[in-house]
Amino acid sequence: MKTASNFLDIKDVSTAFKINGHYYDAISHINLQVQHDEILAIVGESGCGKSTLATTIMGLHDPAETKISGSVDFEGTDLLGLDEDGYNQFRGAKIGMIFQDPLSALNPLKRIEDQISEVMDYHTSLSKSAKHDRVIELLNQVGIVNPERTAHQYPHELSGGMRQRVIIAIAIACKPDLIIADEPTTALDVTIQAQILDVLRDIQRENHAGIILITHDLGVVAETADRVAVMYAGQIVEQGTAEQIFNSPEHPYTRSLLRSMPQRDNENDDLYVIQGNVPSLQKMPSKGDRFAPRIPWVPASAHEEHPAMHEVAPGHEVRCTCYKDFTFPDEKGSVTE
Amino acid sequence: MWKTILRRFLIMIPEVIILSLLVFLLAKAMPGDPFTGSINPKADPQQIKHLMRMNGLYDPWYQQYWNWVVHLFHGNLGNSYQYQEPVTRLIEGRAGNTLWLALFTMILTYVFALPMGVFAGRHEGKLPDTIIRVYTYVTYCIPFFVILVIGIWIFGYVLGWFPTTGSISSDATGWLHTVGSRFYHILLPGLLGALFGTVNIVQYLRSEVIDAKHSDYVRTARSKGVPNRDIYLHHIFRNSLLPIAAFAGYSITGLLNGSIFTETVFSYPGMGLLFVNSISYRDYTVITALVLIYGILNLLGTLLSDIILSIVDPRIRIE
Repeated sequence: MKTASNFLDIKDVSTAFKINGHYYDAISHINLQVQHDEILAIVGESGCGKSTLATTIMGLHDPAETKISGSVDFEGTDLLGLDEDGYNQFRGAKIGMIFQDPLSALNPLKRIEDQISEVMDYHTSLSKSAKHDRVIELLNQVGIVNPERTAHQYPHELSGGMRQRVIIAIAIACKPDLIIADEPTTALDVTIQAQILDVLRDIQRENHAGIILITHDLGVVAETADRVAVMYAGQIVEQGTAEQIFNSPEHPYTRSLLRSMPQRDNENDDLYVIQGNVPSLQKMPSKGDRFAPRIPWVPASAHEEHPAMHEVAPGHEVRCTCYKDFTFPDEKGSVTE
Repeated sequence: MWKTILRRFLIMIPEVIILSLLVFLLAKAMPGDPFTGSINPKADPQQIKHLMRMNGLYDPWYQQYWNWVVHLFHGNLGNSYQYQEPVTRLIEGRAGNTLWLALFTMILTYVFALPMGVFAGRHEGKLPDTIIRVYTYVTYCIPFFVILVIGIWIFGYVLGWFPTTGSISSDATGWLHTVGSRFYHILLPGLLGALFGTVNIVQYLRSEVIDAKHSDYVRTARSKGVPNRDIYLHHIFRNSLLPIAAFAGYSITGLLNGSIFTETVFSYPGMGLLFVNSISYRDYTVITALVLIYGILNLLGTLLSDIILSIVDPRIRIE
């Protein structure tokens, strides 16, 4: 996968949070690459470390409370080696971030126009009127019907969908090469979701940006992503192109996730439920397959002691060896103890 | 904006009516009468009754209330029994002193408290934060009049740096000298009031800053590449000020109430001292007038709070 067009190369990144004086890994040894014109989706259930990965790339963690190792190579610069001022040259300018909760992500006391043009204050030398024109252009681009009016409003005067559009406008104001969208549609209803995703795709086509789309919604992934990385308990358990992941999923977790999706042609009404929970940070096992406790019918011998990534097809990697003869208990030829 | 203020102002009218009724009835319910203390105890009870009747004290209460209100509207608050002077003139001479001291104390309080609150919140859990917190708790624990007495003893008598009584020295002449002397007299009470009155603002502001620091909109600002200093200036500070603004108006009235202590200890001729004296002499007319004025000032304080809040918080403006 490592080609010349990888402009973001995440190598062996771990982020540990301090809890009661001890550091616990929230994500461990993450390797990912993003190319221009590509949407990389990161999927996984709540608490698997998706958002931690995003905020690690943006450098938004408090250094006193977190320990970060590895490197994030962005267009030749290791972001993790930068100081605050150095990072600020990238944030907003070359990397834009879209946040999960549009209701709280905007400053309640500032007009929309001021919040959008604030990005340009720090990264461009545009005149006041040029910034205003750009704000209107951006609001148009993200599909806001009456941009002049909206620019003068406060966040509480806008609907959730409009606020999310404003947040996208902020993220793309300086035409960043990388857009990190952390659950951009989770707080919105389904019709608005589709519109927001369309906006994101349009912008990407225009700017040739790479997008990291973080979501737990497989429907969104299927609709938009070029490549998919599946995360579980702070690790990537499988990654490949969207076709590979959806048509020939290998890792038991990926297969469980896909099986728990509602299908139109499903014969019975019951949905598949993955047993158990994601382990908490303090209880994360130091070795063995982290997903093993949730598929107890698979014999321990099927797992590796230190699960590694295995390439099953060009660009398609799976963690651990347990995928090889994994079947669900109700399937024919299932492995039972 | 103006509609909000007008609406808020109209709400005040019934409040003032209820307040005046309460003040009047409470004054009526107080034991004793205005003449027992000032007339020869051997005076003929018939004569006292006659005096009371002449002054309308035997009229039905609503009649008395109505008379009182009519007089109020004519700017007549009655005569002080103690000073034999119109109450309005008594208050006129003292209101300025009280206002002057209260304003000075309030400005000083904010000058001390705002930077401390932001600083403590910004360095949450570190040494400066701990020092500021301990300081506010200590000042909060000591009763204010104790501070005043200790302050006046150390800085007034022992060190002799500040005057201990009055609002102006008797030999002050000329504009500059007068203003200087007045300022010199409020310096110590003002400083003490401010240094020992910061706890509310500091604690509120500190926790607001800590909340704002971890808020989503600050994270958004960071992801825009806004440097830390500007994040505090443009995002955290203004949002954290909302609750402070909300009780800025109340704090004015709090200071007026505090002036009762300060003025008594410093023998400072203001409304607080007048109030205390009137109570000890059962000077009804002065007491009711002062309670009414303090009550109306309280209402004005809340009005002021609402106006300030509607200026700083766009969510509160009513279109």
